[in-house]
Amino acid sequence: MPDVHIRKIATVVEEIFHEGGPRAEKPLRRAAIIAVIANPFAGRYVADIQPFMDDLKPLGLMMAKRLLAVLGGDPAVVEGYGKGIIIGAAGEVEHGALWHSPGGYAMREVLGDTRAIVPSAKKVGGVGARLDVPVTHVNASYVRSHFDSMEVGMNDAPRADEMAVVLVMTTGPRVHARSGGLAAGDIKGEDGLR
Amino acid sequence: MSADIRKIAVWVEEVFTEMGQPVTPPTRKAVAVAVIRNPFAGRYQADLSELIEIGAELGGILGDKCVAALGITPDQAQSYGKAAMVGEAGELEHAAAILHPKLGAPLRVSVGKGAALVPSSKKMGGPGQVLDVPLGHKDAAYVRSHFDGIEVRLNDAPRAGEIMVAVAVTDSGRPLARVGGLTHDQADGKDGLR
Repeated sequence: MPDVHIRKIATVVEEIFHEGGPRAEKPLRRAAIIAVIANPFAGRYVADIQPFMDDLKPLGLMMAKRLLAVLGGDPAVVEGYGKGIIIGAAGEVEHGALWHSPGGYAMREVLGDTRAIVPSAKKVGGVGARLDVPVTHVNASYVRSHFDSMEVGMNDAPRADEMAVVLVMTTGPRVHARSGGLAAGDIKGEDGLR
Repeated sequence: MSADIRKIAVWVEEVFTEMGQPVTPPTRKAVAVAVIRNPFAGRYQADLSELIEIGAELGGILGDKCVAALGITPDQAQSYGKAAMVGEAGELEHAAAILHPKLGAPLRVSVGKGAALVPSSKKMGGPGQVLDVPLGHKDAAYVRSHFDGIEVRLNDAPRAGEIMVAVAVTDSGRPLARVGGLTHDQADGKDGLR
């Protein structure tokens, strides 16, 4: 990764056993990986930013593999995903859009050709900024039980000239999902939507 | 009486560079946090022994989670810390009951030794509030390079009737530590201080 300078990487895994209701037979796990990298465009307007997308591809792949490893390494357990980016204050929100392709396709590659678009969130923020990363089902975006989100952030990032790129994977529905809608067991899984 | 654990989160961070200088090897810190039901929420309970036993249980669970997340053997752990945040229907003394009488012994098993006092902090708080876990060298409290801390927070905890209990473990000191004092290699590690 010649053009990506990583200052730090953090992973977080949550195991959710219950939320006041019946204890889950299998706890829901939500995991995130955050890489804090230098923003090569910080402090000035650069018109042509797209080459950086290719530079981010190996980072995305490394992050997706590490995130899956944190969940035990079996792609079959991953049922939901999402991605996000916080751009430090010397950058612009457009820089965050560079993460769509490398972040999303890295997860889809590692998880074995999943069908659904990877939902995302992006914003400009300072150190300590929090990002709510949206999560949806990996093969059918309309699966209601898997709509979720995971809040991430860290106290010392992103500095002004950095960005924090994020991937999230989850292992199942919300712990007490009971709001109806399309069920994971009823999806066709062809168009990525239903 | 074992703890009613609603969720557990484990955070690991690795620092590769700081101020443009490589950090070799990267410093690594882990913090594991359990969100439990406070059995004494909303009422005054004179005898806190139930929380003391919960502390003993969580010391081992959370210590083991940190060591596993770092991928190290127990003797490779270098520093540790503990902290608790009590939801608004509890009292600060509940944190003391969990942290001080019995949490340390099983944590010391998780990290191999632990001659030094486990540094701690406690507070009352609500969902999304930050808990700073202090860190100190596990065998020699005066090791200056290992005075540090790690922040933990969960957007959904602690609810009023809950307590967040955190244990942090590292395999390293601060990145680019250079303010002198006793070092990890110089420490004798017998009296817990030097």
